[in-house]
Amino acid sequence: MEFVVASAVGVLTAGGVYLMLRLRTFPVILGLALLSYAVNVFIFASGRLVINQPPILSPYGEASYTDPLPQALVLTAIVISFGMTAVLVMVGLSAFLESGDDRINIDGDGPEGDAEEDAQ
Amino acid sequence: MMHWIIVPVLLPALLAPILGFIMRYDITLARVFSTVGTVVLLAVALGLAVAAADGQTHVYRLGDWPAPFGIVLVLDRLSALMVLLTASLALIVLVHAIATGWDARGRHFHALFQFQLMGICGAFLTGDAFNLFVFFEVLLIASYGLMIHAGGRGRLRAGVQYVVMNLAGSTLFLFALGTLYASTGTLNIADMAVRIAEIPAEEAALVRVAAVLLMIVFAVKAALFPVQFWLPATYANAPAPVAALFAIMTKVGAYAILRVHTISFGPGMPGTEGLADTWLFPAAIVTIAVGAFGVLGARRLMPLIAFSVVGSMGTLLVAVADFTPDATTAALYYMVHSTFAGACLFLVADLVISRRPSDRLTPMPATVQNGLFASLFFAAAIAMAGMPPLSGFLGKLLVLDALREPGSIIWVWTAILAGSFLTIVGFARAGSLLFWRSTAIPLPIPMQHDPRTTGQFTRATPMQVAPSIAAIGVLAALSVFAGPITGYLEDTSEQLFDRESYIAAVLQPEEVEAQPESAEDLPAVEGN
Repeated sequence: MEFVVASAVGVLTAGGVYLMLRLRTFPVILGLALLSYAVNVFIFASGRLVINQPPILSPYGEASYTDPLPQALVLTAIVISFGMTAVLVMVGLSAFLESGDDRINIDGDGPEGDAEEDAQ
Repeated sequence: MMHWIIVPVLLPALLAPILGFIMRYDITLARVFSTVGTVVLLAVALGLAVAAADGQTHVYRLGDWPAPFGIVLVLDRLSALMVLLTASLALIVLVHAIATGWDARGRHFHALFQFQLMGICGAFLTGDAFNLFVFFEVLLIASYGLMIHAGGRGRLRAGVQYVVMNLAGSTLFLFALGTLYASTGTLNIADMAVRIAEIPAEEAALVRVAAVLLMIVFAVKAALFPVQFWLPATYANAPAPVAALFAIMTKVGAYAILRVHTISFGPGMPGTEGLADTWLFPAAIVTIAVGAFGVLGARRLMPLIAFSVVGSMGTLLVAVADFTPDATTAALYYMVHSTFAGACLFLVADLVISRRPSDRLTPMPATVQNGLFASLFFAAAIAMAGMPPLSGFLGKLLVLDALREPGSIIWVWTAILAGSFLTIVGFARAGSLLFWRSTAIPLPIPMQHDPRTTGQFTRATPMQVAPSIAAIGVLAALSVFAGPITGYLEDTSEQLFDRESYIAAVLQPEEVEAQPESAEDLPAVEGN
């Protein structure tokens, strides 16, 4: 099971990084979504992989349990990354509608009009 | 337990929704409440700084849960100083934004501004690494809104770049936290220090990975080479008052490096000792060079100032990278100075640019009140470049004086001195183009472009100039009272490096003994 989880994290990360390097809004959003899935699984696994165990201590003796903290952390991470992706979609959409271009890298120093000239 | 510690987080957090929901259509009401809220925040920050001056580490346990299990806010001299810095900068920026009408050019400026303050104050106060991540996200999501405030093509495109960069950074932050939790079983900064100290050097590979990942995340925030590239585009396209407020955001990164890499991964840890400074030092040197060349090569005023901010972050992080109390004192002095100097430059630039057709560094007809703007820009520029008599000179002097070890002196002194020289040349060029050669151009020519040049003749009101003058006043006060301030900062860095008392204050000593490695060797490992 460790192998499956580890390679899932690896594949998701690799796909996410590849898509991010496309530097176009839509692939980058997908890439960031993949990266956030990868990191969620990763955090979940940081409490060790356990099957069929409750995340609470049993009051009746020595029953084992799974670490509840990563589950709480991953919940926070999911909420935040979901919200951030929504923000990014909105900002990316308005930037595309405003400029007609979905390229992400812009020249920092060029006058505002120059970015367009560079693109052509 | 002193409840005032939570106020810098709670006050903006409660004020922001009220501003956003109830006062969204009444800009006057929003302005009044936002200003009053920021003034109260400044008063509370002053009170906290006085309370922290007793040299003790005050701990606020949320929900009164004991430290490694619950989240704690920690107030020591350093966090009190940073909160005070944030509040005073926020007040200056807010007055400027209101006086120049920036806050009315889009919706929700004041609500986002308060959320931003909540995130920044929370990041400075928290004693828990995951909580630090949450406050980073709070300040980032507010900064996304502020960054694209008032819209516009260039600003939205720069906004997308900024959001993407920071989302990638957040993902990296989570990977780092996951690795840390997997290897130490805790995310409390003080508890982490206890656990990492127990890990022998040969088994610390995972912790080292996590430490470097965390440093990259903080370096993104602090605009350190090679992840500084987002800053010029962002700051140059952000609304000027927002760029001025962002002057504190880079300092959040520097603060986080200082806090986490001193207490958790700092000197004396067998596993991670010497890790941060090895990488931080050369990166900071290159950052100074990038900033200096950027200032020299900029074709527009806003990127020029943004690059000078990059250069100042380099100088700051060179001092941080030494991880000794002396150098940290210099770093803290320079941090306070460069926050106000950078913010002041952006505010003055806003006054100038709004009266010119664009912020290109080409001779254009002189603006009204050319002399006033020129002298403000001159004062702010000599502060940023590090010339006497303002505090930039003293700050750089302190940094140079602190970093005199044989191995590093050549690099540090060359980088800072040559960087300062290039920055002076760049600012002198910009200033003479903007204010001096402009006077040689006769006025009537640009009158054909009516809509753009009408603003050229509106005089700046005293309220619009006051924030810039206040920032310069702070810089002057920093150099006049350099003695007492440096004394306070010496105590601050001494307290920062006194790891034992920090740990003892956060985790009660008897509890540290009572629960060794509670989460690390869970019985759950044998579950599969």
